[in-house]
Amino acid sequence: MLRLDGLSRTYPTGTQALAHLTLDVGAGEIVAIVGGSGCGKSTLLRLVAGLDRPSGGRIELDGEAITAPHPGVGIVFQEPRLLAWLTVAQNIGFGIAHLPRAEREARIATALERIGLAGHGGRWPRELSGGQAQRVALARALVARPRVLLLDEPFSALDAFTRADLQEHLMALWEDSRPTLLLVTHDIDEALALADRIVVMRPHPGRIGTMLSVPTARPRPQPRPTGTPEAEALKRQILNVLRPARQQMALPAAAE
Amino acid sequence: MSAADGLIETPGLRAAQRPGVFPRALGAGGRRALLGLALPVGAALGWELAVRLGLAQGRLLPAPSTLLATLAELARSGDLALHVRATLARVAAGFALGVAAGTLLSVLAGASGLARTVLDPTLQGLRAIPSIAWVPLFILWLGIFETSKVALIAVGVAFPVYLGTLGAILSVDRRIIEVGRSFRLTRLQLARRILLPAVLPQYVVALRAGLGLGWMFVVAAEFMGASEGLGYLLLDGQQLGKPAQIMAAIVVFAVLGKLTDALLVAASAPFLRWEDTAQRAAEG
Ligand SMILES: Nc1ncnc2c1ncn2[C@@H]1O[C@H](COP(=O)(O)OP(=O)(O)OP(=O)(O)O)[C@@H](O)[C@H]1O
Ligand SMILES: [Mg+2]
Repeated sequence: MLRLDGLSRTYPTGTQALAHLTLDVGAGEIVAIVGGSGCGKSTLLRLVAGLDRPSGGRIELDGEAITAPHPGVGIVFQEPRLLAWLTVAQNIGFGIAHLPRAEREARIATALERIGLAGHGGRWPRELSGGQAQRVALARALVARPRVLLLDEPFSALDAFTRADLQEHLMALWEDSRPTLLLVTHDIDEALALADRIVVMRPHPGRIGTMLSVPTARPRPQPRPTGTPEAEALKRQILNVLRPARQQMALPAAAE
Repeated sequence: MSAADGLIETPGLRAAQRPGVFPRALGAGGRRALLGLALPVGAALGWELAVRLGLAQGRLLPAPSTLLATLAELARSGDLALHVRATLARVAAGFALGVAAGTLLSVLAGASGLARTVLDPTLQGLRAIPSIAWVPLFILWLGIFETSKVALIAVGVAFPVYLGTLGAILSVDRRIIEVGRSFRLTRLQLARRILLPAVLPQYVVALRAGLGLGWMFVVAAEFMGASEGLGYLLLDGQQLGKPAQIMAAIVVFAVLGKLTDALLVAASAPFLRWEDTAQRAAEG
């Protein structure tokens, strides 16, 4: 459904952020992308979002090449990026202004309920907590019913409780239209809780180190419980792949 | 929040904390206005007292009562209305022209890198010319009457508007523009739905700066030969040795400048309710 074929991105500075990355993602699949800092995860998502152009390779969504932002692809960034001059409801409806009013309002109302902010649609972004703002950002991306939703460390700025709460909200929203999710995360537990498949990336240049399926069924629409023996075994496996990457990272990081 | 709490001590906040000082019935706004008036009214009363007690002469700096009498006389004879109307008309025309030019140029320069490269150095160069230096030229080109006055005011207004607006356009957060791009907004939609609202608070500041300069330049314009206007009143007072008239004109300038600025702020307030500023946090 989503095909990344030999995707490369070299920045004008010469940094080879991605090199020949190939990945196939099925419809409704949830793929987590983990990897050390600077291994090209954000670059990958920006390419799929059409916000940036690849230096080589192709991206296809259901056979259609993506070269610019595509209506079938939505993105949630690490920060909420809400528009301060729009109310919560208007922010959620920002991307569906072209829909008939009734349809738009119905979608906004449903989304507000899903993210636990029913009745708060008239508030300003400045009146929201960090977790609430990020929930609104999730809703804004999802009401446009993208076929693919990209999430770039969407919960990393939040505390553990809020994060667990948002994972549940994400799953509840996901359940409505079951888009394909590409979730970048630093948190291996988060990947294990949400994903069907985990892609572990390696840096310099950014590429896929290994790919793991998470065999345990997820009690959809909920995150999987973490800390089970199966999860721990997978976690060790991922950490083993990440470790050499960390050691490589240590050198340039120390030089900085 | 907590940093702002310590830094921002608006009069409103203090009055709210000490409700005993002013009657509660006045409300926060009224109390703030009273506190704002305390300094000028107090100073005026002090001066009046000093003149009355013979501690000061009050010849060069007339007592407030003399000032009020002069103002009342000007108002009664209809002269005040005449001069105020003339000056207001010039400021309004010059401000409108200057804002239009400054806005247009900044939008052009903000929208296209090429336009910016071509326009900005020239405009910055022109801006470096003290605007008063244009006066002789404008008089030669446009004559001694209204046109040259309005042109001078417009020049004074246009530059701060251009500079402030361009700065605002260029500093719009790339990250919210990406939100617009990810929803595939066209350039025009991006301008209307993201750039315009994002720029608006700073645009209002630029307009206020422009208006301030407009008031400054109207005096310069009216000094270069006018038979009516507050600037003429100033000059007339100087030539005829009437300090009370000069002071009266100055007071009217202060009142009009403050009023028009307040008008601008009030007109923009409904569009800026969303702002997340330390000031708003203090007002609650
Ligand atoms: N606009 C840019 N110009 C030049 N180099 C860039 C740019 N953006 C990213 N890079 C470089 O590309 C590499 C990959 O960056 P990217 O942001 O994709 O990493 P990441 O995996 O998302 O890291 P993190 O986990 O810290 O967010 C890094 O070495 C980074 O320095
Ligand atoms: Mg990143």
